Amino acid sequence: MKQHRSKVYLLLALVAAGILSKFETSISPYYFQIIIYIGINVILASSLNLINGFAGQFSLGHAGFMALGAYTSAVITSSLHLTPGSAASYPMFAAALIAGGLVASIFGLLVGIPSLRLKGDYLAITTLGLGEIIRVIIQSLDFLGAARGFTGIAKLADFFWVYAVVAVVIFTIANLVRSTYGKGFLAVRDDEIAAEAVGVDATRYKIVAFITGAFFAGIAGGLYAHFVTYINPSQFGFLRSFEIIVMVVVGGMGNIAGVILAAAVLTILPEALRAVAQYRMVLYAFLLIVIMISRPQGLFGAKLDWGRLWRWIGRRPSPPAEGKA
Amino acid sequence: MRRLTFWLILGTAIALIGLWAGCGGGGNSNEILIGEYSAMTGTTATFGQSTHRGLMMAVDECNAAGGVLGKKIRLLTEDTQSKPEEAATAVTKLITRDGVKAVIGEVSSSRSLAAAPICQANGIPMVSNASTNPEVTKKGDYIFRVCYIDPFQGEVMARFAYNTLGIRKAAILKDIKNDYSIGLAQYFEETFVKLGGQVVATQAYSEGDIDFKAQLTALKSAEPEAVIVPGYYTEAALIVKQARELNMTIPFIGGDGWDSAKLVEIGGQAMNNTFFSTAYTADDPDSIVQNFVTKYTSRYNEKPDAFAALGYDAGLILFDAVRRAGSTDGPALRDALKTTRDVRGVTGSITIDADRNARKPIVIIAVVDGKMTYKETIQP
Repeated sequence: MKQHRSKVYLLLALVAAGILSKFETSISPYYFQIIIYIGINVILASSLNLINGFAGQFSLGHAGFMALGAYTSAVITSSLHLTPGSAASYPMFAAALIAGGLVASIFGLLVGIPSLRLKGDYLAITTLGLGEIIRVIIQSLDFLGAARGFTGIAKLADFFWVYAVVAVVIFTIANLVRSTYGKGFLAVRDDEIAAEAVGVDATRYKIVAFITGAFFAGIAGGLYAHFVTYINPSQFGFLRSFEIIVMVVVGGMGNIAGVILAAAVLTILPEALRAVAQYRMVLYAFLLIVIMISRPQGLFGAKLDWGRLWRWIGRRPSPPAEGKA
Repeated sequence: MRRLTFWLILGTAIALIGLWAGCGGGGNSNEILIGEYSAMTGTTATFGQSTHRGLMMAVDECNAAGGVLGKKIRLLTEDTQSKPEEAATAVTKLITRDGVKAVIGEVSSSRSLAAAPICQANGIPMVSNASTNPEVTKKGDYIFRVCYIDPFQGEVMARFAYNTLGIRKAAILKDIKNDYSIGLAQYFEETFVKLGGQVVATQAYSEGDIDFKAQLTALKSAEPEAVIVPGYYTEAALIVKQARELNMTIPFIGGDGWDSAKLVEIGGQAMNNTFFSTAYTADDPDSIVQNFVTKYTSRYNEKPDAFAALGYDAGLILFDAVRRAGSTDGPALRDALKTTRDVRGVTGSITIDADRNARKPIVIIAVVDGKMTYKETIQP
């Protein structure tokens, strides 16, 4: 029943994305760009949330998966010479995005099987290494543009594509973790030994989380590549992974709505801080510290849902600022 | 208490977002808005700061002389944090929200490559101050530059090594992560081999490395007469320092990525017997250069480096083009920029060629007794 209702929501979200994308030319390209970045960051943060928040694994390699998706889809669309707007471009772009996601998830699996037997800090270091390996390999492959970057990617990603994927990601992850099967993620996160003792295959759950997370990160990379139209290995460094982690932590590990809001707020914040020029990243970092001190469980905690957030903020019916995002 | 903090954060966030959404746009009819995107922070911040200061001088001088077309120039600067994606965002903001008439930047080719398609699509001329990769101006007919390109610099480095220093066997140590470094190494090798020289060994490092002994030992065993290090100053200085510790006394040759006071600050006396090519030197006796050096030094309390000079010249040719175009219209400004001829800048006489690149002389600097000294000027 709940499953059924969420399918209706997904359908509505897809239709809304389709309708709203008709209006994308009426908004300033600068704001539009930020709206797109928010969408891409929501996909990245939500998919990492599955790995870090729900399955309780500390992955530092998300930018690597993103890079794989970005480069794979860019190579496919460039070799097919797709042009934006042509009828053939839509299905082929979708196929390219999925191919990018698949390559990323294959890598997630390849590295996942041995490294997921590691825990905590060791896993973090392994995934960090993986992300860097992917980046450095791309950097030395000349047909991918090496350090020059990959130029001339068709601008295929628009509002519809990004927000359709956002809807699908949220739908998939929300349903996955709320299903009976998905309770296994939480069991593994909360106590791996106890979970194993009652018959939960912890390694399998971790691998499923990694494959799914990597898949969507790959798609996010593909969307990013086809929106910015220029990708460079330096865009996928470990700092990028950290930015995504910060979104998850600020939003609250394992809190779907919180992570979405955090991704939006943390995408807007550096732009809003442009007024203070070169001090903006200092202020940005400072705000992060303040948030972490005042809300160590993340802005919205682990379990706060919309209703509780509403009550927590106060009795006044003023909407939360993040809602504007 | 926690709730109070939360509201404080929320309040700040709302205020900032409001400020951000509300401000910007416009400029009045007595001003010409020019956008600059520059690495004010991040890994190449010293370059970005220098070009920004140089450009500020050009703007202020232009305004002091009455501006152009009877209007004052107003410069809007956005930081790129030395990241390509930030460059794309910054340029989109400058063009679509602030409505700038032309864009100046960036030092790094990868950031210029990210921004160039946006300028081209919006029909806004972009003048890169120091991106030397040939690809940049191939992005479209609105994209220009005031610096020379890597093939020319690589060629000059090779000619200098072969003719002036008499090197026949060279080794290359390049930054594998950096397109500038890879390009320069390639163009050096092409010319050097054509002249009759031989590249006996090639090794690679990555930006941020601090130990180069393994690569240097490998290079040493190939017995080169000089080592080419087409990277940036931080690594270059460490490389030369460690090479001297390994008793490699041969000359080291670099490109304009070496041009920073930090080079000799980090490397000290070890930097003796090194050479690099660059766009400009403060020791040039030319009166335009000396005038610029005096003004810059009194304003910023330091000697202008080549990036400051290029930043200044980028402003100079842009304002010259606005003056000749008689308008700030995209196409008119583009056509005026295309016909830039012999504009006397700090980095020499600048002419824009058919590929929208600058043709201009190049300067060789030698480090002697821990100081950078002017060696010679090579004409295009």
